Amino acid sequence: MTATPPAFTPPAEPVPAHGVDLLRDMLRIRRFEETCAELYSATKIHGFLHLYIGEEAVATGTLRALGPDDAIVATYREHGHALLRGVGAEALMAEMFGRSGGCCRGRGGSMHVFDAATRFYGGNAIVAGGLPIAVGLALADRMLGRDRVTACFFGEGAMAEGEFHESLNLAALWKLPVLFLCENNHYAMGSALELTESETNLTLKAASYEVPAWSVDGMDVVAVEREARRAVLAIRGGGGPVFLECQTYRFRAHSMYDPDLYRDRAEVAEWKEQHDPIDLLAARLRAQDMLDDATLERIEAEIAAELEAAVAFAEASELEPVEDLARDVYAGDGA
Amino acid sequence: MSTEAASGMLTYRDAVREAMCEAMRADERVFLMGEDVGRYGGGFGVSKGMLAEFGPERIRDTPLSESAFTGAGIGAALNGMRPIVEIMTVNFSLLALDQIMNNAATLRHMSGGQFEIPLVIRMCTGGGRQLAAQHSHSLEGWYAHIPGIKVLVPATIADARGMLAPALADPNPVLIFEHGSLYNTQGELPSPPPAVDIEHAAVVRAGEDVTLIAYGGMLARTIEAAELLAAHDVGAEVVDLRVLRPLDDAGFLSSARRTHRAVVVDEGWRSGSLAAEVSARITEQAFYDLDAPVERVCGAEVPTPYAAHLEQAATPQAATIAAAALRTVGRDG
Repeated sequence: MTATPPAFTPPAEPVPAHGVDLLRDMLRIRRFEETCAELYSATKIHGFLHLYIGEEAVATGTLRALGPDDAIVATYREHGHALLRGVGAEALMAEMFGRSGGCCRGRGGSMHVFDAATRFYGGNAIVAGGLPIAVGLALADRMLGRDRVTACFFGEGAMAEGEFHESLNLAALWKLPVLFLCENNHYAMGSALELTESETNLTLKAASYEVPAWSVDGMDVVAVEREARRAVLAIRGGGGPVFLECQTYRFRAHSMYDPDLYRDRAEVAEWKEQHDPIDLLAARLRAQDMLDDATLERIEAEIAAELEAAVAFAEASELEPVEDLARDVYAGDGA
Repeated sequence: MSTEAASGMLTYRDAVREAMCEAMRADERVFLMGEDVGRYGGGFGVSKGMLAEFGPERIRDTPLSESAFTGAGIGAALNGMRPIVEIMTVNFSLLALDQIMNNAATLRHMSGGQFEIPLVIRMCTGGGRQLAAQHSHSLEGWYAHIPGIKVLVPATIADARGMLAPALADPNPVLIFEHGSLYNTQGELPSPPPAVDIEHAAVVRAGEDVTLIAYGGMLARTIEAAELLAAHDVGAEVVDLRVLRPLDDAGFLSSARRTHRAVVVDEGWRSGSLAAEVSARITEQAFYDLDAPVERVCGAEVPTPYAAHLEQAATPQAATIAAAALRTVGRDG
């Protein structure tokens, strides 16, 4: 089984004026994830850790299309989404460390990041488990007359779950403002798309529910942002949900436990060498004279400082007192 | 809206409906969602007529997608609404178990207390209607195992009418189990109907010799057993648990301490049952007050059969409850 890189037309469009910001966003995710991997090896972070390295363009492009009142439902590979949404690197890193300064006070960890302030509703470690919630968030917005969109991220593996089909049907039936964002990295853990789906054209599945559906090269952040904006515009216009497939690839194993024995080394190398979303954007920026070495070095230094502060914050953050173990099982518990 | 009962009297079904109508009139955020709740009037007729009053936005017929519409209830509750989700039967709720267990019960704690899920899920439970093994089970004990949700079991007209309002006012997800055999039962309620709590067990019949602890569909049968026992000069006190999670320990322990004997009645399967939990708590907390081992009368450990005589044999009956009570007082059942 192989995951062929997408056969999208090479980008002809110029990188927009905020191209360097897109690069910075992707670099923030990449460096954050690299730091997490190091800290995992150093046994500072435990449990399951799923890295987003390689897929940064998807979160970066799509989140640009959302406003502060919109909602996000993501998966267990959600550090990057949370970071760009505005969950501070410090609170996010402290969560990885299981500390009380974490955005969930250390109860959720890597896979279950929540942040009410930025309307970030997880972090869901049950594949497809977030989709019904996204439908409900959008239902409430519709019933309360609010002009809001709920963006729901999931991997292509979720499309084999019943909750995907139930949720698309319901959202389409009720014309709810949900942006279904499929992060197709071609592998459901270790199982290639062809091994798990009878129909590998994923947009056809969504289209069968009368949901407008199209694909984009998920390694091209400019294209992802463009298509996400198009989708959000259609949703805000009252057209009901949209399904956007972002074809992407994870450069690292599924999790830190995964020896990655199911992918051809050459395939991984090809994606990394020829389709790295950060390299691709940087090259285009340089070609348009929008990026030079000094700018890149400054961005990297800023990110390094941010992460250094985040790690220091996490290290210094207290453990939640064991007396608070049962706090917040129910409203009012120990509050 | 009360079409089935004489003036002053109402059915359990009417009581649930009136509670929902009252809540929807009082609060625009309340809406009902589930399979056939609108045009059909509800699988058990509970929401009959509500579509006409409240319209299809607030009385939402859903596809047969238990997971999606239960999860949608969670999402809507997270985002400012007060949904009532109706799942037709407890067996169907297994299709929504991911949402109930992994999301509704979990998100508040796992997010460090950032979110409230003021969601009510109602469903029909229990047997006695010859619907066999995919429509008859009593799984509320399973749900009572899960921290993060509350589990209510209205056994009376007053609770059917009164429990919904405090459940909707509760910031936690609340599951309400309505026993299918109760919908046609009738009773009288004062006007306005009395407010009830969703915290305490209730002594519904006083007695000195033995405490019979029951809930939901088994309550009436347990009261019947108490009447049989009275004929044997055994005074049985009957406790209606009312709330299975969190259990009101004091509510049944005080009675068991007084009578020194306890029988726990549970339509659910015996192994790992709610009855096992109640029995364990009595043994843990009132052991030295007991004059006899705690007895349990539970559903037989079989998939509920269709044939009436087999279903009856699989379900606690007044006679088997009375027999267990007699054993606790040292007399042959």
